[in-house]
Amino acid sequence: MHRYTGSDRLLVLLIVALAGIGFLILVGPVLVVLVTSFTSSRALRFPPPGLTLQWYRDLFDPVRSSQIHVAAGNSLLVAALTAIVATSLATAAALAIARTRAGWARFAEGGFMAPLVLPGIAFGLAALMFFSWLRLPPSLALLVAGHAMIAAPFALRTVGAAAAGLDPALEESSAALGAGPWRTFRRVTLPLIMPGVAAGAFLAFVSSLDNVPVSLFLASAQTDMLPIRLWGMMETALDVRVAAASGVLVAVAFILLLVMDRAVGLARRMSG
Amino acid sequence: MATGNGLWRLALPLALAQALFFVAPLLLLLATSFATDENLRDWGLRGWRDALGDAFHIQSVLNTMRLGALTVLATALLAVPLALVHMAAGPTLRRIILMAAVLPLLTSVVVRTFAWIVILGREGVINATLLGAGVITAPVALLQTEHGLILALTQIEMPLMLLPLLAALARIDPALLDASASLGGSLARTLWKVVLPMAMPGLIAGATLVFASASTAFISQGVIGGGRLNYLPALVWQQAMVVFDWPLAAALALTLMASVLMVAGALSLLGSRVRHA
Repeated sequence: MHRYTGSDRLLVLLIVALAGIGFLILVGPVLVVLVTSFTSSRALRFPPPGLTLQWYRDLFDPVRSSQIHVAAGNSLLVAALTAIVATSLATAAALAIARTRAGWARFAEGGFMAPLVLPGIAFGLAALMFFSWLRLPPSLALLVAGHAMIAAPFALRTVGAAAAGLDPALEESSAALGAGPWRTFRRVTLPLIMPGVAAGAFLAFVSSLDNVPVSLFLASAQTDMLPIRLWGMMETALDVRVAAASGVLVAVAFILLLVMDRAVGLARRMSG
Repeated sequence: MATGNGLWRLALPLALAQALFFVAPLLLLLATSFATDENLRDWGLRGWRDALGDAFHIQSVLNTMRLGALTVLATALLAVPLALVHMAAGPTLRRIILMAAVLPLLTSVVVRTFAWIVILGREGVINATLLGAGVITAPVALLQTEHGLILALTQIEMPLMLLPLLAALARIDPALLDASASLGGSLARTLWKVVLPMAMPGLIAGATLVFASASTAFISQGVIGGGRLNYLPALVWQQAMVVFDWPLAAALALTLMASVLMVAGALSLLGSRVRHA
């Protein structure tokens, strides 16, 4: 931009200052969690009086933290299955929607996105009522079904964006050369939309791993989930192992972000 | 691949899964709100009378809406400048801002909530800083206050506002800004007349997502807001899982859903008004 007058300069200053506060608020808490996880204090004093690895040792202790380990295992399994189910369903639907101009496609797309705006708490309670009405006992499979409903829109969005850029001529030539529909999908379509599928699967995985409102109602003593267990640890006597668990989760998120961003340009896909 | 008229079959699996695991449960939720007990043997308006005829519940509805609205304002106040700086910045700074926007989204809500306990606590970051600078002489209470909760939700929900804004501003042609400036438009005028209208779809999408997410943020509301502030999600959970009054829980959940959908509808109406203006 060009020559600024005095009032323009003031405005620029204000914008930069607010942006700076925004940046600090976005990033600061993540750093605070990392530092706190090494605190030598039992209270959450900041800055910590001393540094130790004690909380990480406690967290990884198989006896003292066995409940956390079970919950983490359940959460990872459910997240992996949710990513597979949600991404498969969403990929098929996205291909259908991307290739048609028919009215039903726009309508269906709106419907498929609905779980993003509906309050998760209402859906979690509805799912609990539905499964207990069907007399189904709590299980990880039901958690996958519930999580997949919330996760599918994320995958639909990224796969949809990738499929929209697909040149139909490529599939037509594959068919003209005698490849069957499945072979065309495997050898031509899927490789072309793979970045969108991978980004979608990743977002579905993260949304399941982080899900609170559905797990809150569907998890039970036998199917404990990590966020629900950590919530319990925060609500009662504040357990500093939460800080160590948070430290692990932040590190994992950061590594995944770098890997996925390098592989499929994740950050760009999420803002587009 | 299926072509032509057979295409809809590819969308069928997701549609069936959604009908079975999303629509059917919500219909049962609606039915339960009109039942007298969780076994759906008798019907009546008891759940709705308890939900809407009680001043405490109405106050909780208003608290929840207020919390959602204030969080939208706070996230917009910080995300719009951040998006403007992103638009004007070079590639490195752009990348850093984008990463800063995405990283919190990938760290669990529980982790972000925990961070704010450390920041807002009596011996937390804010109190330590203010005490050290001599601004206050005794720690101020920030946990279990609405201010503290809104501050925490501002970070927790900001990516939902920032990402749609970045996407919307990315569509602005830089030539347009140059044109406005070279025609003698002040920066304020350029922002108001050129940038804001283009940013509007992103702002409205962001506001909808932030409102929906902040008003249903059960863990943050409970852990940071604490017992003194009452919001709908906690009431729904208590009635469903502690009191086991499912008709009342269903009516409260539907009240939350209706409030969020009404705000989302109003925002999307505003969006189409702005586009056609």
